[in-house]
Amino acid sequence: MTVWAVGALALGTYLIRLSGLLLRGRLTVPDRTRRLLDLAATVLIAALVATAALTQGDGFAGWARPAGVALGALAAWRKLPLVVVVLVAAGGTAVLRLAGVP
Amino acid sequence: MRSIWRTVSVEYLRDAAALGAAMVVVGASFGALAVSAGLSTLTAVAMSLLVFAGGSQFLAVAIVASGGAPVAAVLGGLLLNARHLPFGLAVAHVVGRSWPARLIGAHVMVDEVVAFARSADPRRARQAYWLLGATMYTTWNLGTVLGAWAGALLPDPDRLGVDAAFPAALFALLLPTVRGAATIRATVSGAGLALAVTPFVPAGLPVLIGLLGLVAAGRLAKVPA
Repeated sequence: MTVWAVGALALGTYLIRLSGLLLRGRLTVPDRTRRLLDLAATVLIAALVATAALTQGDGFAGWARPAGVALGALAAWRKLPLVVVVLVAAGGTAVLRLAGVP
Repeated sequence: MRSIWRTVSVEYLRDAAALGAAMVVVGASFGALAVSAGLSTLTAVAMSLLVFAGGSQFLAVAIVASGGAPVAAVLGGLLLNARHLPFGLAVAHVVGRSWPARLIGAHVMVDEVVAFARSADPRRARQAYWLLGATMYTTWNLGTVLGAWAGALLPDPDRLGVDAAFPAALFALLLPTVRGAATIRATVSGAGLALAVTPFVPAGLPVLIGLLGLVAAGRLAKVPA
């Protein structure tokens, strides 16, 4: 990883992040657009949850991770605090891996 | 100080601590991986300080370590981070309008920070954004330094199950923002679409393709404000 590559990734990432903030800042956003942008963020996060829970690279992540995530999701559904969600998910996956589940 | 800072809710601090602890572990695994892939400690730490987007950092290091060109690593990382543009559009009003707020707020815009602010009470969303942004930035870089220096001594993060912690936390933060049938249709289709295309397209594209799930919402008038 050369210095210029790190610099290019850093600068590009920063500009992507900043441009979203600036674009929204310059426009007076009508209500419809605001709902669309908000819904887009919700859909993106849902897609992130699904892919991060189930996939690794371009394949299946194995059973231990999605099982742990499912336990954490159940805790979230029961409105338990985020710290419990994190511990239950990580703990569930860790125990399954200890038991030999991939 | 402005009134939003007068009381930092205990609940937010506890949530930030939980996510921050997981972030130290993942940061350490990045630091260890980067150094074992041939990066100097300084480069690994600089990468975490300057890029601060974990997924793209892992991807870029993996591409270079497997013999790929640095250009491919940069482009792959940027594709993975493209989702931050729509995130910025969605949270701009939360981050703040002043230039210092925009310039610094842009740098700490990671998935969990966006999701945390959106799940918070709207009156406290700005507090949530900045609290978690500062926590994640600190813990990610602390973890990277730890991993780069002492990587060989640390346990394998997979054994701790931290790879399950982040999707579960994001799900918990997503829940309060999914209200109404139209939103549910859009999120379920978006997630399904992203999963369906994952085997066929490069990292980062699946979630962007997932945005097509918006079509399933139908008329926006039915989406709760």
